Amino acid sequence: MNWRLWLPLTAFVAFLAIAAYSMSQPKDDFVRSEMVGEPLPYFSLPPAAEGQPGVSSTDFADGKPRLLNIWASWCLPCIAEAPQLAELERQGAEIVGVAIRDKPEDIAAFLAEHGNPYTSIGRDDLSEVQLGIGSSGVPETFVIDGKGVITYQHIGDIRESDVPLLLEQLREAGA
Amino acid sequence: MIAELGLAALWLAAALAFLQMAAGALALRAGPDSEIARLTRPGAVVQGALALVSFAALLYVFAVTDLSVALVAANSHSLKPWIYKVSGAWGNHEGSMLLWVTVMALAGGLIALVERRLPERTMQATLAAQGFVALGFYAFLLLSSNPFARLEPAAREGLGLNPLLQDIGLALHPPTLYLGYVGLSVAFSFAVGALLTRQVTPDFARVMRPWVLGAWIFLTLGITAGSYWAYYELGWGGWWFWDPVENASLMPWLAATALLHSVSVLASRDALRVWTIMLGVVAFSMSMVGTFLVRSGILTSVHAFAVDPERGSFILALLAIYIGGALLLFALRAATISEGERFSVASREGALVFNNVMLSGILAIVLLGTLYPLLTEAFGVRVSVGPPYFNPVSAIFAIPMFAVMAVGPLLRWRRDRWGRIGKQLALIAALLLAGLVLISMIGGIALLPLLGLAFALALGVASFLPLRGRRLARTPLATWGMVIAHFGIAVSLFGMASESAFSTERLAALEIGQATTVGPWQVELAAVGPQAGPNWTALAGQMVARYDGGNPVEIVPMARSFWAPPQQTSESVLVTRWNGQLYAVLGDAAEGGRWQVRLWWKPFVTFIWYGGGLIALGGMLSLIGRVAGDLKRRRVRRRARQRREDAEVPA
Repeated sequence: MNWRLWLPLTAFVAFLAIAAYSMSQPKDDFVRSEMVGEPLPYFSLPPAAEGQPGVSSTDFADGKPRLLNIWASWCLPCIAEAPQLAELERQGAEIVGVAIRDKPEDIAAFLAEHGNPYTSIGRDDLSEVQLGIGSSGVPETFVIDGKGVITYQHIGDIRESDVPLLLEQLREAGA
Repeated sequence: MIAELGLAALWLAAALAFLQMAAGALALRAGPDSEIARLTRPGAVVQGALALVSFAALLYVFAVTDLSVALVAANSHSLKPWIYKVSGAWGNHEGSMLLWVTVMALAGGLIALVERRLPERTMQATLAAQGFVALGFYAFLLLSSNPFARLEPAAREGLGLNPLLQDIGLALHPPTLYLGYVGLSVAFSFAVGALLTRQVTPDFARVMRPWVLGAWIFLTLGITAGSYWAYYELGWGGWWFWDPVENASLMPWLAATALLHSVSVLASRDALRVWTIMLGVVAFSMSMVGTFLVRSGILTSVHAFAVDPERGSFILALLAIYIGGALLLFALRAATISEGERFSVASREGALVFNNVMLSGILAIVLLGTLYPLLTEAFGVRVSVGPPYFNPVSAIFAIPMFAVMAVGPLLRWRRDRWGRIGKQLALIAALLLAGLVLISMIGGIALLPLLGLAFALALGVASFLPLRGRRLARTPLATWGMVIAHFGIAVSLFGMASESAFSTERLAALEIGQATTVGPWQVELAAVGPQAGPNWTALAGQMVARYDGGNPVEIVPMARSFWAPPQQTSESVLVTRWNGQLYAVLGDAAEGGRWQVRLWWKPFVTFIWYGGGLIALGGMLSLIGRVAGDLKRRRVRRRARQRREDAEVPA
């Protein structure tokens, strides 16, 4: 018997097994970050507008937990989550914004219309920071603890019911 | 009434496919002259006719927009232009499956009617395999995707056809690919038939060759048209994205290309028997795997097809039975088929085998790249595989392949000396070297496009060398076919390399009256206004483009809004010159009365598709040459038999 003749069948059975397994799994469109539990990678972003502070990874490891919000002025769900961000800010959360592939004038217009819950905003024109922390979409919100470690990822816009959850995560990160 | 007739014909065709399969299989034991064996050929012919009736019924209900048929209501609209009403019949899952099985049944009927060269026993085994494959598709249609299901009460208006698909190129694109897939299914049935009876002969290769050639021509046209459609309709300015759906159409083409060449070796030299059989099975497997990946939705793709897990499971089950069965048969039987004639490395066969291996290598890396996300997802890791993997890794195999492609046709069959073609080899090498040096002097060109341009030059010239010393008028059509197809590869390669080396892009926000430049073009935005079509309204941008300060060309790119279903598409505008294309897309309104305009200048980009057309043309010439040759041989054989019979009468 010639074992090489069995190779195509073996490869095909492997394909069938993988395909059948993927078919049996529920479709999950959320891409979870591999970076949860890891320290933030090093980055330094220019500010969204002249004269304001930019965002750098060294801002984080000062003992205070923060929210890192990935957003953009061109993103519709970001408008939907603006009131929830304002609510989080009112309840004492410190929120750092990273604007993805955006322009200063558009950012200013967005903040003028929907309010500014951010302590600082950095511009990530090439999605480098976004990819670096394992975010695959806009908006996403990360909880960063006082040592600069990512402890939680929220995918999609923040709904009203998510607000207490995020506050709880923030409190845990501070403990 | 017509819909019920179509459904009845479909059931009857399925019954005949079963008969054909059972009779063919029983004939393997009962012998080729038994009563049961004689049922296979007529069974195949009638099955073809019934499938055609069923498909005609579907065309009819779409043509008259019979909204009591669920499929019509879901996919058509009474306001749609007539041509798109008809093409809507196959612009959906059920209709396209019916088209597939119809073409397959017609092909089966055709070989049952005309093919007399193979031993009858192999022929019956082939028809049994053909019936078996068709039966799976009938079961799929009848049990889970009935195209004739009625809607009670009838819909008042249809839900329209996806406006992206309302395009003449796309009306023809799926049937073209299906014709290709079906051709490969015939080759598959021949391979299974030959495995069952262990008769892998040059005759078998000659019988299989026109089907492989035909399939390959249609796949070439399908991929070329699909790539051009994505280029001008999606408005992204790219022509190939290594998207799973594109890969699904490329993989059968790669396998068919390899099969085409190994079939030729088998037909002329009686070598590569086992390899040809395996490629016959693999080529059809790839078209089934492709269909599965596209329809099951287990891979995420920009082409987002009708996705349904139930259908996916059904196709997977068919795949497991057909391909698993064929590969098992291959593993069990192939050892008993001898390898055939030997040949040396420096020979036509040697070059063909080398390129067969390279093609299989590209096929393997495309398959791996397409399936890799599935594999890692099973272990909980999400990845996406794109051009940074596919481009360089496929180039590793493609570049040696281009080199051998230039040299191979110059070699003689069986055994040759490199010294005999020394001058031609030196010419090809000199062209390649000159190309590399001259083009790299332009500067700023990445390695792959540079190699692509140089190889395109060398291959373009080398592809005509086999004609040297021949009398052109007496050169066989098949040789012309090879020359033109290989030249087409060079042309296409030149277009691809040139597009990636020399393209320039400009994204600008223009006020009315403002102008911008891209490459040698100046483009002025003259006005933006509304425009209405039969089932859409659009914002149209009036632009005036000048090449190098020359005569103005008016172009009107649009952002179209369709209302059934509501959807926006961008109608890009292409200005084609002999040396490239200007590509213009109108974007959204920006603040301050400005409009976003995206412009590309793509030198020689059209050569990609001209090349595709030449490749298909080469295939067609070759097919005509082969079929004409076959018919001539048949006449000669018949005359010889008649003469023999005449001679026997007086004795």
